[in-house]
Amino acid sequence: MTLYCDANATEPLRPAARAAVIAALDMGGNPSAVHGAGRAARRRLEEAREALARRFGARPGDVVFTGGGTEANALAIHGLGRGRRVLVGATEHPAVLAAAGPGATSIPVLEDGQVDLEVLKGLLAEGPPALVCLMAANNETGVLHPVAAVAALCQAHGALLHMDAVQAAGRIPLPQGADSWAISGHKLGGPPGAGALLLRPGLDLPALIAGGGQERGRRGGTEPLPAIAGLAAALAEPDEAGRLAALRDRIEAGLGGEAIIAGAGAPRLPNTSCIILPGVPAETQVIALDLAGVRVSAGAACSSGKVARSPVLAAMGLGPLAGCGIRVSLPWNAPEDAAERFLEAWSAMRRRLSKSAA
Amino acid sequence: MRILVAMSGGVDSSVVAGLLKAEGHEVIGATLQLYDHGAATSRKGACCAGQDIHDARRVADALDIPHYVLDRESRFRDAVVQDFADSYARGETPIPCVRCNQTVKFEDLVGLARDLGAEALATGHYAQRVDGPGGAELHRAADPARDQSYFLFATTQAQLDFCRFPLGAMPDKAAVRAEAARLGLAVAEKPDSQDICFVPEGRYSDVVAKFRPDAAEPGEIVHLDGRVLGRHAGIARYTVGQGRGLGQASRDGDQPLYVAAVEPGRRRVVVGPRAALPQPEIAAAEVNWLAEPPNLPLSCQVKLRAREVPQPATVRWDAAAGLLRVTPDSPAIAAPGQACVVYDGERVLGGGFIRREAA
Repeated sequence: MTLYCDANATEPLRPAARAAVIAALDMGGNPSAVHGAGRAARRRLEEAREALARRFGARPGDVVFTGGGTEANALAIHGLGRGRRVLVGATEHPAVLAAAGPGATSIPVLEDGQVDLEVLKGLLAEGPPALVCLMAANNETGVLHPVAAVAALCQAHGALLHMDAVQAAGRIPLPQGADSWAISGHKLGGPPGAGALLLRPGLDLPALIAGGGQERGRRGGTEPLPAIAGLAAALAEPDEAGRLAALRDRIEAGLGGEAIIAGAGAPRLPNTSCIILPGVPAETQVIALDLAGVRVSAGAACSSGKVARSPVLAAMGLGPLAGCGIRVSLPWNAPEDAAERFLEAWSAMRRRLSKSAA
Repeated sequence: MRILVAMSGGVDSSVVAGLLKAEGHEVIGATLQLYDHGAATSRKGACCAGQDIHDARRVADALDIPHYVLDRESRFRDAVVQDFADSYARGETPIPCVRCNQTVKFEDLVGLARDLGAEALATGHYAQRVDGPGGAELHRAADPARDQSYFLFATTQAQLDFCRFPLGAMPDKAAVRAEAARLGLAVAEKPDSQDICFVPEGRYSDVVAKFRPDAAEPGEIVHLDGRVLGRHAGIARYTVGQGRGLGQASRDGDQPLYVAAVEPGRRRVVVGPRAALPQPEIAAAEVNWLAEPPNLPLSCQVKLRAREVPQPATVRWDAAAGLLRVTPDSPAIAAPGQACVVYDGERVLGGGFIRREAA
């Protein structure tokens, strides 16, 4: 039997989301059409928008649906970054780093993975108004940034704050104080193919993809209604945070002294644990666990599927250990014996590796 | 048993995976990403993985086996490409496939296979592993036209014990392709790979120049008798025995000239008539034995370049100097940097890398 521990790559589909997707697929209709079928589709779209707005304390008019998290981040960074210096956290996701471009300034993180507030303060003070891009929760370590302090600094220096909330949304309450938040449907139990950008009231931005004027002119293209309906339905489900945190803690407590948990000193997502086994390439660990039926990941996934050294762990000053960390991210439906099963496979792997090294 | 198969995306290693799967083994596929394919072919926007990795994954899909892509770009650059350039800069003609087998393929993949609890590593090489009284023996492939045992001489005994070469007994390539077709593999008709994998287009000398600009600096072409006959655009373009690329130094009157030696210190290419090239004695270093090292002169066969059949010779293991001393029955042309592999009939006894004799 397999054990899926790669929720931060994609969460298993929530049954409620599946039902909503199928209902929307069966319904048909283009939300932009004038006739009855179009009106029915538009109604479904706006219900989803209102559900999202309610869930995150936003106004429906400030919810922009996109094709996913990467697009939501790109929309915000291109739209809000115009005429501003762009500052990006050192441990941001490639989607944010790529949108920010090579000219962006990197904000270092401390050893625990949290942003270095002193350096950020200096960067904000030394030049014209900036756009700060910082993730709510890190995809590899689950580390949460001190968003309230970051937001206060940004406000004091006239900077905008864009938050990649792809890993946080649906798992923890969305941190307040940002100007925009990117979320992704399949990272919270919806289907792939839909995401959203939430905007602070009063903030507007130009479209990245022009088209038929959908999403108040901020995102052209017919809305992927089934995926959007699934996203909204998934968000209505309970977050499982307490249960997953208990499982995660049981895993971390059962590893033994040899393993190191990246960012253990910082507040983290309840479902995520980045486990470093010194001296063992992450690639070997991922493959060995996969062959044992346990699905974990490491580093930033490239489309080729190869395992690369983690830039996130490297930015945390972990040096050679940056190549030895695996990400264990528990899904919403992790079974109650997930910790024991993971530990059994992990311990067997560790025993064999220490034997073959001898 | 659990077997790790090194899958290149070509027909040979694909058939290996398919045959082992059909025999009921638990097959795990692994494909090495050795260089950025887009950068190597100078094609903008090409996928970093390349067509061969895509093909390997599709074969693994068809066989329903787990498959992993292993990023070995920096390891390959350091152990193989840099060594390739350094060898040229030393005035040698490197043999990168041996270095790759020695490091990235056998050393690293055997280690990974053991870490994964596999009992063997299988590759698509055309060579035969025969169980002998003293452990596994390396033998030539059944098909002499495909035999790759020359490239495997540096495999250690421990690695050879762990390895399997299921294609070694295949009568010919057509049989392998037929097997691929029978297994329903989409790569059955894929053309064979050519030349040096990390130089798929353009000239290898450009790669050398990037890593070792000193090997691309111009110098003199001189005759064995000391006459300066012309100039060259970098010693990396020359190998012992070569007749092309010498310009006006390619002839001495009516007599065609060939490269007799490459002298890195003075950046000189030395040319002479064909008859002056063969050497009565050849030395090889970095020797690997897959048999008991012969302390007394041993009559056997040696192969000094990839495209020739083994020639009769007498070899002696100079343990004190760590050198293999070879006396071919008739003097032979030997290019420093190439492999000198010792055969006893079908069996590989060992081999080394040809060294320039101290002048």
